[in-house]
Amino acid sequence: MKKPMNWSKISLIIAAVLLAAIPFVSDSRTWLILLTQIFIFSILAMSYDVLLGYAGMVSFGHAMFFGIGAYTTAVLLDRFEPTLLVFSLSIAAGMLIAGIISFFVGLLTLRLKDHFFAMLTLALSGLFLVLAEKWRSVTNGNDGFTFSAPDVFRDRAVFYLTVLALLVVVYFALRRFTNSPLGRVLIAVRENEQRTKALGYRTLAYKVIASVVAGVTASLAGSLYVVSLRFVNTSVMAMDVTLDALLMTIIGGVGTLIGPIIGAGIIELAQHYLSDLAGEYPLFERWIIFFGILYILAVIFFPTGIAGFFKSLFSRRRRPEADAPPLEPAKPEVPR
Amino acid sequence: MEPLLRMDDVHTHIGQYHILQGVSFEARAGEVGVLLGRNGAGKTTTLKTILGLTPASGGRVSFGGTDVTKKRTHAISRSGIGYVPEDQGIFSTLTVEENMKVAMTRETEETRKKLDTVLELFPDLKTFWKKDGGHLSGGQKQMLAMARAFVGNSKLLLIDEPSKGLAPIIIEKVMEAIQEMKQHTTIVLVEQNFMMASRIGDTYTLIDDGRTVQSGRMADLAGNDELKRKYLGIG
Repeated sequence: MKKPMNWSKISLIIAAVLLAAIPFVSDSRTWLILLTQIFIFSILAMSYDVLLGYAGMVSFGHAMFFGIGAYTTAVLLDRFEPTLLVFSLSIAAGMLIAGIISFFVGLLTLRLKDHFFAMLTLALSGLFLVLAEKWRSVTNGNDGFTFSAPDVFRDRAVFYLTVLALLVVVYFALRRFTNSPLGRVLIAVRENEQRTKALGYRTLAYKVIASVVAGVTASLAGSLYVVSLRFVNTSVMAMDVTLDALLMTIIGGVGTLIGPIIGAGIIELAQHYLSDLAGEYPLFERWIIFFGILYILAVIFFPTGIAGFFKSLFSRRRRPEADAPPLEPAKPEVPR
Repeated sequence: MEPLLRMDDVHTHIGQYHILQGVSFEARAGEVGVLLGRNGAGKTTTLKTILGLTPASGGRVSFGGTDVTKKRTHAISRSGIGYVPEDQGIFSTLTVEENMKVAMTRETEETRKKLDTVLELFPDLKTFWKKDGGHLSGGQKQMLAMARAFVGNSKLLLIDEPSKGLAPIIIEKVMEAIQEMKQHTTIVLVEQNFMMASRIGDTYTLIDDGRTVQSGRMADLAGNDELKRKYLGIG
């Protein structure tokens, strides 16, 4: 049987190609930097979506993995020659450390339910933040430090394209992960953990796997983030980072992967334009209040997020057909 | 012959409440054993205790001759016990196909055969194969829940109130399905509908206030009006 065209995949590839063309048709440095930030936070928000949207866990400690990636890359690029090789190795090292820590953090915290889990992750994240502040010989505390990025990234367009390529790779890798049998079990755990256990699954192991995947991906985002700034301080481990990832995921649509990318775009653009307006209108000096209003409106009008809203809109349009009793028995592709 | 499942003086606490205060019963291979009793007697808790969802605080549960009292739920399930909860426990955002695949923890020739059997029993599932579990009707959800438990590697099926909230025509279908499943597996059934229970059950265990009060062959209970009146409020 001919396989149906996967329109969402095709439209994403077209979007990626159009975004890749931007540096060749526009010389706006501001836009390149802004879009690079959006891509980086999209990776972070997608990593959070694995936890929240697929495994159903609200973590307040996600910034710790972002920070681990950020510091590993910053410290290695600062201590060694800032070459592409060191940059690549620093990303790998950050992901490895984040993977190991998220494994143990997962084992420790994921036995707990809901708010107990959230509180323990918050506490552990706070512990890592204090560690970063006190370990001045490595991190220079809250003052942070600047470092050099590989020469090739002096051209912002190259870095932009690198981050875009990584975003595409991460998206398709996570999509594969969430559509795999393992991803299905994670959704089952999110929906009803007791029931999943009763089907014979050791749910803790699945939640730990989700925690490791999310931690490793967040670390990659952290590595890219500090290279875009050429600076790191303890703010990369602050609660704000986790809250941004949480809001990007909720506004964009949990459990969709594409939603967090949309959410990252909306939040980064809103932050940029609202703070810009402060220069012209004093009212917007308190732009964070408008930002809060934006969040409230988004949650009221799009409770399932923007991607979730459109998904349900399309499925509502399709449903009358699906509900109609078939004239002849359907011949589904059942597993053989 | 050693029974497939045996509960000996099992006690279960949920929080500070002492729910099961001495439940004992046996389920023999190839039979349908029905747990009967009024609302709140402890029937559902008995099923949950067998599966370790509400672990026993005393007594012994053995399955296939092995003590499973202290085992974890996933390990008990993997040893060959399937469960159809009262609320069906369908994963609503997964399709019917995905619900079935999650249940087939290992895809073997045997599970594929079981899948064929179950799709013959519940042809509606084929029609809604790609539909989300949350969009099914109550009866379809019940069929999916039973099918899902059946395709797992289950030697024993625990089914909790399969007729609850269903239309009579659907109840009839569910009964036929249980009769068919009985050919392949042992069943422990919790059922309030005595008509249904007496038609498909081979043995009964009466539970009252968390204790086993009487066990025996279903045919004997059907003729004992006093017992039915006292513990089931019928007859």
